[in-house]
Amino acid sequence: MITDRQDAREPGEAEAPPPPIVPADVADAARLVGFGLQPKLVPARDTEYAELVRRHREDPAFARLADAVAAGLGLIVLEVSQRAGMAVAAAEDSVFAVRMGDYARRAASDAGDRFLHGLAHLAAAALAFPRPEDLADDGYIGRITVHGVDAFVRQACRRLEERAEESGENTDPASDAPGLEAAWRVYTRRSATGATKDARRLASSTTGIIGKAVAFLVDSGFLQRTGDESGGTYRTTARYQLQVRDMAGSAAMAELLDLGVVPVGDGTATLVPAADGEAADLAAGAGLPFHTGT
Amino acid sequence: MAVPPRFHPVVPAPYASVPFRVLSVAPPNVGGVTTTVPHLPQQSRQPPQPLPGAPRPAPGPAADEGLARRLRALACTAPLHDLDTRKANLAGEYSVYAMAEVALAAIDLVTLNMDFDTGADHDQIVARLLPRVAAQAPSRSHSEHERVARWVLENLINVGSADRGFRAVYGTFGPDGLYIRRDYDFKLIEEVAGPGGSVYLRTTDEAVNVLVGALDTDVTSAQIAAEVKLEVLISRGRLADAQLAAEQARYRTVQYAETLRRTLEATRRNVRAVDWLRQVPDMIAEALDHVADRYRHENAILTNIRKARDEAEEPEHKRRAAELVDIVKDCIRRHTQLQSRLLEAGPLFRAEQDRQSFAAPPARAGLDLYGQLVAPLLPLPVEQASRVTDAFFARGTGLRTPGAVRVTDLVDLLLTPPAERDHLGAEMPEPDLVATPDDSRFSDEQLESALALLDLPHDAPRRLSGLLAEARRQDPDLPYLVALLAVHAASPPVGTAHRQGEPHLLFAVDDGTELDDHEFGGADLILGTALLTSGADPDG
Repeated sequence: MITDRQDAREPGEAEAPPPPIVPADVADAARLVGFGLQPKLVPARDTEYAELVRRHREDPAFARLADAVAAGLGLIVLEVSQRAGMAVAAAEDSVFAVRMGDYARRAASDAGDRFLHGLAHLAAAALAFPRPEDLADDGYIGRITVHGVDAFVRQACRRLEERAEESGENTDPASDAPGLEAAWRVYTRRSATGATKDARRLASSTTGIIGKAVAFLVDSGFLQRTGDESGGTYRTTARYQLQVRDMAGSAAMAELLDLGVVPVGDGTATLVPAADGEAADLAAGAGLPFHTGT
Repeated sequence: MAVPPRFHPVVPAPYASVPFRVLSVAPPNVGGVTTTVPHLPQQSRQPPQPLPGAPRPAPGPAADEGLARRLRALACTAPLHDLDTRKANLAGEYSVYAMAEVALAAIDLVTLNMDFDTGADHDQIVARLLPRVAAQAPSRSHSEHERVARWVLENLINVGSADRGFRAVYGTFGPDGLYIRRDYDFKLIEEVAGPGGSVYLRTTDEAVNVLVGALDTDVTSAQIAAEVKLEVLISRGRLADAQLAAEQARYRTVQYAETLRRTLEATRRNVRAVDWLRQVPDMIAEALDHVADRYRHENAILTNIRKARDEAEEPEHKRRAAELVDIVKDCIRRHTQLQSRLLEAGPLFRAEQDRQSFAAPPARAGLDLYGQLVAPLLPLPVEQASRVTDAFFARGTGLRTPGAVRVTDLVDLLLTPPAERDHLGAEMPEPDLVATPDDSRFSDEQLESALALLDLPHDAPRRLSGLLAEARRQDPDLPYLVALLAVHAASPPVGTAHRQGEPHLLFAVDDGTELDDHEFGGADLILGTALLTSGADPDG
């Protein structure tokens, strides 16, 4: 039915006024959104999907219609392309949004667990796109492993620990104010792995938490599993890059700015490239304990 | 009648508690009052001037640092003492076991079995602990010994807690003179992932420090000190002490290697963040220098101990020196391993450098996830950091389509009987066996008669020609078997027969006489039986 409409319209497209929207168009637009809701599906694997994506790109009226359907469902359209399909993200109050309480039961009651689960997702993204250029480059495919993410966060935490020790700071938190404990300490404290009776990954260990995060991202169509070594190796998809770049990164950044941690630059809160001085500072010590100068 | 007894204890209570409080609680109370209370106003008037008589001249964490460090060191030993306290609570009579000793031995074993890539294997540690546990209670069963070993190891990991670690609470005075209780979290043995998804054990720095007894010391200097001590000890011939020092040197070596391993791992992960121009080459050069230095040092020690071993008269000294040689060899092996890792680092860096510097310039600015999000987030209090991670989580996890259930589907689903599951799996097909035809050249009877023919008395060897003639009289086919056995006996497996405890062995000797036979050619061998127990040499 799609091809019918296409064929009917094409002969006189230039001069004729745009054809009115008919219910069949809405059905097609909704079908495209429906495809977008199946995140593991890519247009290259489904001809109908590919055709709808093509129509979205070439027919502005149809594109507006599909975007409106998505918006009505509480979805934000990130990109419609052959490589990513219809990449949609759930708005905060949408029925499609994932809530932390549903994601991990312990996270609802335990502030430490809640933080660790969130950090696992952030760290996975940070390791998948280690440089700003990687996040910006559409052709970039990141590769991560579960143990790699854990080691990388531990490394960063250890550096902070060393720095705290160097300055003679006592980082042990006050017993009656656990919320004031430094974030890195919560991570360092949690064991990386642990033996269980049934030889599965210990769910409360950091590799268990990261493993859960990447498995969830696989189900979201953001990662593809490529192997079992180092606790599982994964490759990023175009959708993940879009989601991190256009949604999650900016949201987290805004929250951080709200805390007054990073000075606000020219008003654009997102995608701020590191200043020269900042970058140099990072290069000297980011993730690495080589402080020969100190 | 009920009123006086109730009234009675109320009156003496304050009188009773006053002397009691003075006796037991007063000393810390008095100390607290004299230090903090007059100190505060003094400080507010003249902040830089410390109170002359104050026992704590510099307020703040700096003054308490030494105390806090010792308290932490003390806390590290607590789990070991705790084991001996808690063994009374175990179901059964376990007081005969010295749990702290077993625990310390376990930490020892894990430390010595730690390697670059993996840690120590859980079961292996338990197996190696067993002799010590068994020695403590020889009359008890093996399963109990194993239970004790596992209990100790699991308690060192602290399997029951979420962090799988320990927590000790101690107090310090803050900069404002307030007393703050703090949590100190530590681990003694931690579990790490090995290749293939297995879990290995590693001792933490805390555990190594507790074990070696050198708390809060510098790795490098402690190693040098240990080695100097060893050299002196050896030159004076005090080997017993030398072994202790050598073992300490090895613990230090392991600890040093562990530090470098972590550093190299981090390097491999994030090249961008490394100063390849100066810092890393400096670091590698430093480490290589260190390895070369240690190598030279340990080889010198090795030569000395070898000499001590060879010259030692007493078997006890000899044994000690031999053990020492093994320890130092192990140190050298670990250094060599470290060195090869260091040499690999250079090419790895260059390859990564090439890959990244020859890439096309970025089309647009991207968000630096690590530098702008993760790095500033980690030092924040967890309460604030959670807000950032929550924001990332809410938008970075993707979407889930909620399931919508139709009642009719649900009814069908609930009414469908569960599929029968076969616990035994698919039925095995009956194997179709085909009898293989017996195509042996000789029958069992023939072998028996040939062996009977060759069963010669040990003092009367015979010639092959005679045996062949005798065989031919019994059976025309038999000479072939006899000849075969005779040739086989020309090179008899003496060692095997001796090991298997056989009393005698058939042997054949060629004395140059030619065999005159119409069916066989070659040498007319002399066949005889050698008694192995008497030490007879078949070739003689």
